[in-house]
Amino acid sequence: MKSFWRAFRRNRLAVVGAMISVCLATLALTAPLLAPWDPNRPDVKKILTSPSGKHLFGTDQIGRDVLSRMLHGARVSLAVGFVSVGISAFIGITLGSLAGYNGGTTDATIMRLVDLMLVFPRLFLLLAVLAFLKPSIWTIMAVIGFTSWMGTARLVRAEFLALKEREFVVSSQSIGASGFRVIWRHILPNAMAPVLVAMTLGIPAAILLESALSFLGLGVQPPHATWGNILNEGKEVIEVAWWVSVYPGLAILLTVLSYNLLGEGIRDALDPRLRQSAGRVGGRGR
Amino acid sequence: MLAYVLRRLLLAIPLLIGITFVSFVVIQLAPGDPTQIPGENIETSKLAWEQLRKEYGLDQPLYVQYGKWITRLVRLDLGRSFAPHGRPVRTMIAERLPVTLLLNIVELLIIVALAVPIGVLSATRQYSTFDKATTIFVFLGFATPDFWLALLLMILFGVQLGWLPISGLRSMNWEYLSFWQQQTDFLSHLALPILVATFGGLAGLSRYMRQSMLEVVRQDYVQSARAKGLAERVVIGKHALRNAMLPIVTILGLSLPGLIGGSVIVESIFAIPGMGQLMVQAAFERDYPVLMGNLVIVAAVTLLANLAADVAYGLVDPRIRVGRRRR
Repeated sequence: MKSFWRAFRRNRLAVVGAMISVCLATLALTAPLLAPWDPNRPDVKKILTSPSGKHLFGTDQIGRDVLSRMLHGARVSLAVGFVSVGISAFIGITLGSLAGYNGGTTDATIMRLVDLMLVFPRLFLLLAVLAFLKPSIWTIMAVIGFTSWMGTARLVRAEFLALKEREFVVSSQSIGASGFRVIWRHILPNAMAPVLVAMTLGIPAAILLESALSFLGLGVQPPHATWGNILNEGKEVIEVAWWVSVYPGLAILLTVLSYNLLGEGIRDALDPRLRQSAGRVGGRGR
Repeated sequence: MLAYVLRRLLLAIPLLIGITFVSFVVIQLAPGDPTQIPGENIETSKLAWEQLRKEYGLDQPLYVQYGKWITRLVRLDLGRSFAPHGRPVRTMIAERLPVTLLLNIVELLIIVALAVPIGVLSATRQYSTFDKATTIFVFLGFATPDFWLALLLMILFGVQLGWLPISGLRSMNWEYLSFWQQQTDFLSHLALPILVATFGGLAGLSRYMRQSMLEVVRQDYVQSARAKGLAERVVIGKHALRNAMLPIVTILGLSLPGLIGGSVIVESIFAIPGMGQLMVQAAFERDYPVLMGNLVIVAAVTLLANLAADVAYGLVDPRIRVGRRRR
């Protein structure tokens, strides 16, 4: 753990990524306190006013404050990111452990299911499902979670295959520990590192996906503010009011970037083989 | 090699059946019913509604419906759209699939043509300015929402500068243009969509290419090629590149669904009449024969493309090409 921190801290980009993601999370959590205006209150006297001291990011076509809407949108984006990754991790870990631990037919069946799910282009599958569901933030979290567990399942399975022959596993089996106990107490804790990395990298992917769906109009529905549907409304007026579209896009970019840097940083710090080369970024040829 | 290809083909058959199954289940199990179409006839009486359900066979058990659907599917009969025009889904898809395929193939070619040299250069000049610049580009490419990039480019090139058209595939006056003008017109319509679609994929693939190359150049046989006195160009371009390309072929196959999925965004923004745009329209109209047909075809095309990638892998990997089994 100590060496992990040392390696992580040496990676400047990863530290920056971590700091930005913490800041964004704080902004999202305190949005109701921070937002200078009511995110949903229209004001006919202030339609499409450009950014100024009063409205830092300007107002949209019905006079709502873009900054306040974005702060509230951050809550949605981050919540979708975290919850859907939680769902996909739960499914992925469960199926991956079952496949890796049991082997045989269970393994073959689960892995064919993974192959099958991976053949579907994600957005097509999501559109097909969302067409018949009532769009809400919960639906979006669920459908993103249910369509993104395959990578985690493969990872967990691979870890299990490597770990299940090791002495500590075999010895706990030999004293009669139940399958569940062996998986839960002995193998999983040792398999969590790559899963954590995958989860960290899954958050920005889910955020991008949510914003794309909301942008298409099939995600979280207005007047609920999310970065994707602020952009969706902003695109109608982009020729006269760039600020309605530019700022939410930048927010998505910054969020995804920071989580990606964080995730890659964690991975490099965990993987001793990569740690070496990552360390060399600072001082070459050490 | 032949055995390898056959094995891949055999593995694809259960996947194909699985595709039809998932496409069917995903749409049937969703709580909404295609006959509950919001719009004109909200006041539909219960009787009329039952009749509608009967007409589309929705009152029968699911396995009967699946059986019927699949027997029609084998004959490539995908049913008719629920939209007022009621056109056969097969015709609608046949009109749109070529556009989406064309876009994706061009994108793929551009991505490979650029990502391989970028990856090789940044690997051989690790930590150089070029390498750092591409790393920044890669992270930006991963993080930029494609729909946002599309919007910005539309405004910049389409509206502010007025250099490129921003929607559709042809100009209004297309019929009156000469042959070459028509081609330029078509290409100029494709420029922005392709630029947007290649951006993210390029970042990913060049990253993998760099990684793969970095691993290969540390191998002993690369050192021995150098020790033989071969020119660096030959060492990298021939000995190292060949082996570094192997994982890239696999990665390419794996990234295909993502690329094709991206057509949804690009086609809706640039109003390109392809599969992605059709899918979005059908989702809004709850046009379930179109949704199901589209989903099956897109997944089957992805499966085929994956198969092609597998075969390509077999061709470039001598361990498979000469017939010895892989580990």
